[in-house]
Amino acid sequence: MSNVPSELRFTKSHEWIRLEDDGSVTIGITDHAQDLLGDLVFVETPEVGSTYATGDDCAVVESVKAASDVYSPLSGEITEVNEDLADAPEVINTDPYGKGWIFKMTLADEGEIDSLLDATAYSDQIAAEE
Amino acid sequence: MGKQTPLYDAHVQASAKVVDFGGWDMPLHYGSQMKEHELVRNSAGIFDVSHMTIVDLTGDRVAEFLRYLLANNIDRLKQSGKALYSCMLNEKGGVIDDLIVYYVNDTFYRMVVNASTREKDLAWIQKQAKPFAIEINERDDLAMIAVQGPQAREKVHAVLSKLGDKKAQVSELGQFFMAMFEDDWAIARTGYTGEDGYEVMLPNQDACQFWDDCVAQGVKPAGLGARDTLRLEAGMNLYGSDMDETTSPLESALGWTVAWEPAERNFIGRDVLVEQKANGVKRKLVGLVLEEKGVLRNHQLVFIDGLEAGEITSGSYAPSLGTAIAFARVSADVGERAKVEIRGKQVDVRVVKPPFVRNGKAVI
Repeated sequence: MSNVPSELRFTKSHEWIRLEDDGSVTIGITDHAQDLLGDLVFVETPEVGSTYATGDDCAVVESVKAASDVYSPLSGEITEVNEDLADAPEVINTDPYGKGWIFKMTLADEGEIDSLLDATAYSDQIAAEE
Repeated sequence: MGKQTPLYDAHVQASAKVVDFGGWDMPLHYGSQMKEHELVRNSAGIFDVSHMTIVDLTGDRVAEFLRYLLANNIDRLKQSGKALYSCMLNEKGGVIDDLIVYYVNDTFYRMVVNASTREKDLAWIQKQAKPFAIEINERDDLAMIAVQGPQAREKVHAVLSKLGDKKAQVSELGQFFMAMFEDDWAIARTGYTGEDGYEVMLPNQDACQFWDDCVAQGVKPAGLGARDTLRLEAGMNLYGSDMDETTSPLESALGWTVAWEPAERNFIGRDVLVEQKANGVKRKLVGLVLEEKGVLRNHQLVFIDGLEAGEITSGSYAPSLGTAIAFARVSADVGERAKVEIRGKQVDVRVVKPPFVRNGKAVI
């Protein structure tokens, strides 16, 4: 079974979102997503300072077998990307919710967070896929 | 649900991720494709390749038939058990399939052809064989298991030491030789990984026991995902990706498999190949090595001096090299450098002659 931490929010396209104390968010791909992709070998991160609307493709994760887009779960500006992924993309496989984070952003509208899935809704979705 | 090999339950028990492969339910990996790849390069891995099609050809005129059917020449096979890699061409010189043919004796040859091409291959062979009165026997009663890696042979020998007199004969096998036994086992020192090892053809009912015996010797299962990255690094073509009926061997880096001599041997597709050889081909298959981060993928476009010059036929991350590699079919005048377009951005690649890896070591 995939790990779905209850304190996070999720998207249908398998991103996770953690709201930080300063109102920014940290984003990665879920344990379920990394399991589907298999061994990750390359991550293309967005540029710091660029802005994205909800649903825009903003990063790419590539495993040995496939490339997959990562979509911005919210509207806002990229403030930081995980530089460690350049040399160690496999940390997304081993620690998807920790060291495997992909980027951080400040939000155009914090209220948008309420539109994301909670852990129960996301668990139901991946159960329905299987 | 697709067709299942005798080892299907063993795969499920080993937590395989099962995918459709040419109509068969086959293991893609058992957890980590990358680890399985490294295992085969560094120790030994075991693959279920029972989806492959084994065809026995017998009859007084079987050698004559194969001289006509295949672009390589079975007269190169002088010793019993010796194997030959060849293309089977259509009249236009396009590749219907690539295969291994084993010489058993003058009236008995065994061929192993691809799974995805089974129906069309059998139909073609039957059609071409009519004037030769050949008996064609598809051996769907046999399974096929590949054990590959630097430790593969010693592990298989340990298993075989329990099985009658097989070990003595098998441990003497040279590269590209097969030993056939009366109980319908046949063990060949061939493979699709660039490593030493065996491909074992055996009765379906014996497959699980042999698999379990190998696993008990410490050989770990490897899936078709690892098989694909291993063969790509080893510079081995995949039918349907790197060549098909619209490409000739000369456009597929397989010119070495065409036996031009003797000139009087008339094989299917010869006229077209002779013309291509005389006039030169416009496209050829080359190796690419990505010089920056990223992954090369099938169908990405290749550019030379700013102009589109072909596309990638097989691309992947190469676990043994830590970078991405590919085969690409490009203009025959390609030099040492090219660019590949990845998501709208052009990246630098080096053009090389495969293989990329041989016996565990980088050769590019």
